[in-house]
Amino acid sequence: MAIYSLWVINKAGGLVYQRTFNEGLAPLTSNDALVLAGTLHGIHAITARLSPTGSSSGCQVIEAETFKMHVLLTATGTKFVLLTSPAEPLTNADLVLRRVYEAYADGVMKNPFHTPEMPIRSEGFDTRVAAIVKGA
Amino acid sequence: MSYNNVQARLSVFSTASQSSLDYIPSVGTPPPSGGRQSITPIPKASGSKNIYDRPLNKTRNAEVSMAAYTFLFSEVIQYTQKRVHGIGDLEKRLGLFGYRIGTRALELMVWRSEGGSKNPKRETRLLPVLYVVHTQLWKAIFGKTADAIEKSVENDDEYMIIDNDPPITRYISIPKEMSQLSCSALTAGIVEALLDGLGFPARVTAHSVPKEGFPFRTTILIKLDRSAMEREEALK
Repeated sequence: MAIYSLWVINKAGGLVYQRTFNEGLAPLTSNDALVLAGTLHGIHAITARLSPTGSSSGCQVIEAETFKMHVLLTATGTKFVLLTSPAEPLTNADLVLRRVYEAYADGVMKNPFHTPEMPIRSEGFDTRVAAIVKGA
Repeated sequence: MSYNNVQARLSVFSTASQSSLDYIPSVGTPPPSGGRQSITPIPKASGSKNIYDRPLNKTRNAEVSMAAYTFLFSEVIQYTQKRVHGIGDLEKRLGLFGYRIGTRALELMVWRSEGGSKNPKRETRLLPVLYVVHTQLWKAIFGKTADAIEKSVENDDEYMIIDNDPPITRYISIPKEMSQLSCSALTAGIVEALLDGLGFPARVTAHSVPKEGFPFRTTILIKLDRSAMEREEALK
């Protein structure tokens, strides 16, 4: 069980925050990460349309052999993505994502020096996220 | 770090108490027709008294949501930042906002203090005044007392009020290029207004002084005017 990294994707599909906590995945250049985030944004939009039972909020987990990707979509369209090891239990990852969302509301949205939809550079958010991942 | 304070609330000087007696507008007089247009009436929220009609000395439930306050303060800073050049100017403007809060805070504090309306009391000496700032003012505005009062070792006329974790800047991350900025300039303005109102003119500034374990520790530096110091000396 390990949390590899956290991404925050804004509602336009741009990667506004990326942080790696544990080694385990192939390292990405920042450009690659941007492209992947944009791709995930597109895939997510497609999965939201594919649901056979009416409206859907899109995919929540993508599983692979070596990692799992948990997605939390907020009401405003911001996506929080957590990359973990395959053994990471769903409930735990979900809890971490919800706490990160809370930290985002506190450390980013309440910070007057943050511009919405732009990359996140907030010390308060960094420390809060670090504490969450450490405690998970 | 701070998940448990979702319900955190700051106390403020307003009462949310509602009386069961609703304000009944006078219905007898018909609205003036023709001639000059009268002033547009202030719209009243249905079922609650106008804020000016509520009792002033009730402090119970006189709290506002921390989140609502934080978003408001964030907007205030963004608004101000668009209209100033440089950090000094920004702090000055925040101080002015604070000054306007401080004059009202003093008036209300005197009104609300124990036996206030019958037995009004005003501190006239320096140390009790500083203590009022440290305890009463902080409690009235932040719901807690400040953490320390210190006297400057270098200058006789300088005192410091120290808060280890000021609630109003808890969610603010100052970018590196503005590291000298302290958003507690608002608090400094409030303190300055209070001291002015009590007859202790001073120049008050706010400075971040982080310390191990207290990354948001803030010092409110009070530099008293010479006239206040001379009077204090004469009263000894």
